[in-house]
Parts: sequence; C-alpha cells; structure tokens
Amino acid sequence: MRASLRPSDPAASPAVERVNAELFTLTYGAIVRQLLTDYEEIDEVNKQLDTMGYNIGARLVDDFLAKANITKCTDFRETADVIAKVGFKMFLNVTATVANWSSDNMECSLILDDNPLVDFVELPETCQGLSYCNILCGVLRGALEMVSMRTEVKFVKDMLRGDDAFEIRLKLLEHVPEEYPYKNDE
Amino acid sequence: MSSTACFVIVSRNDSPIYESEVGTAPKKDEAAHLHQFILHASLDIVQDVVWNTNNMFLKVVDKFNDLLVSVYVTAGHTRLMLLHDSRNEDGIKNFFQEVHELYIKMLLNPLYVPGSRISSPFFDTRVRALARKYL
Repeated sequence: MRASLRPSDPAASPAVERVNAELFTLTYGAIVRQLLTDYEEIDEVNKQLDTMGYNIGARLVDDFLAKANITKCTDFRETADVIAKVGFKMFLNVTATVANWSSDNMECSLILDDNPLVDFVELPETCQGLSYCNILCGVLRGALEMVSMRTEVKFVKDMLRGDDAFEIRLKLLEHVPEEYPYKNDE
Repeated sequence: MSSTACFVIVSRNDSPIYESEVGTAPKKDEAAHLHQFILHASLDIVQDVVWNTNNMFLKVVDKFNDLLVSVYVTAGHTRLMLLHDSRNEDGIKNFFQEVHELYIKMLLNPLYVPGSRISSPFFDTRVRALARKYL
C-alpha cells in the first residue's frame, strides 16, 4: 500500500453522510427506467447515463478531494489505486481491485465483485445491450478530466450480462496541461 | 407417485403474469386448458374469500373433481394460485411464502414493469425448484 492511501478510512469519517442502500439502488433504477422510456433506444440510454455521470463526476471530484484527505498522486498507477481503494469506498462503500495493467502503464482495469447499483436488477430480453452501470464510467471520466487527465472509460465485463465480475477499463489518453487565464507578460 | 399441479400468478388487473405446469404427471394438451379454466373460474370465489380473513394464505378455495385450488393473496392483491391434487397444506403454504419472496424481488427490479408478464428465466427456474421441494 502506498503512503497516500494510509490515512484512516475516509468512508468512516463523520464528514461522509450515508444514505439507505435500498433507497439509493431503487432511485438509480428509477432513473434508468425513465431514460429507457424517454429515449427508447438502448445505445442512446447508455450515452445519456455516461453524460449524466460526467456531470456528476465533474462536481464530485472536488468533494472527494476535500474530504478524502489524500496527498497528490504522482502517476497514473497511484491515481487508479486511489480511485479503487478510496473513491469507491467513499461513494459506494465497496472497494475495487486494480488489475491488468498495460505495458505502458496507460491502461488498467478496475474490478468490482460487488456493486450496490445492481441489487435486484435483472436485464430483461428487451434490454440486452444496456450497460446498466454506465453512469460509473461517466463519473470516472468526469472526475479525472477535472484533474487534468483525459480518459476513456468503459465496461468490459458486466455481471448483468453473465460475466463473473464488473470490470471497468480505464485508459489514460493524455495529461491536459492546465491553462492559465493570463498571459506571461501581463 | 405422480401429481398434477398448475401454478399461475394473476396480477391485480386480473391478467395472468406467470404460468407453469409444475406437476410430475405427464402433460396433456387438453388438461392445460382445463386447468386454466378451473383457476379462472375460482377467481370469483377468491374475490369473496379474501375479505373474510386476515391471512394471505386462503387455503383451498375451490374444488373440481379431485383437483383443489389453493390461493395466496399478496398485499398488492396479486394472486398466487395453485391447482393441485395432493393434500399437503403445509408444503403449499411454504411454497407460496417462498414464491411471494421471489415475486417481491422481481418487483424490486427497476426494469420490471409491475403487472406485466414475468418472463425472467431465473424466476421460472426458482419457482420450479421450489415446487419440487415443497409439492
């Protein structure tokens, strides 16, 4: 474990408010259900979930950094670890495993054995292509973009489609340098 | 010993949302229709009986020759109906209670529309397993 991960369990700190798991799961279910009725096409729903997640992530990252009490990550490996061990713990109360690093350290998988979003859920035949938890991809993408990492995030394994775990593929595209709002000579 | 049993779930709007022949007796085509007919006919009796008791399990509400109709009504007025020829009340009660739990899980699935047909193969397998266990 890295030094940055050592501070006491952030999910247990009083700063993090909790919500009933069933309420959370069913609320998310209602959102997906509504999107399915509104957009009718599965692909469009997946895209909408991703966009919603992006907007959540872009806001959530500030909250996370304020409460999580972690130090600056030096590389992408560390970032992935923090997401898996601290981020998921704080917001979903589960931890992910980081695995399958690509040789250039730009791509990895977050593996979730347990996912509170999918309790009770079973995909009916009409929704086979639905990536039910796609909102998580959006959240990760949004959050990382706010800390100047452009990423591509997608589900490669989904328990709802019969896989043995949830696997989110996280790919770092580039570090976006921070742009200053003023010019050097001003 | 082979037994006949036919299990149907009827939604509050009186449409059947799940049906299965769970008996061990060899299946006959005309029998299936007859079973549906008997169950359908006993819906009226259920409507009367349901207000005379506080229990969800209404026991045997109707008879047709040697076939008996047992009914369990959920709080949401969904009726679980079993047509059977064995007199095993405890087993049937347990069967209904467990199917009720399965049905609740089904309802909690956000992608299932209440009152629509239950097409989940998982539900079907579980119901058949319960039928083998209790009936």
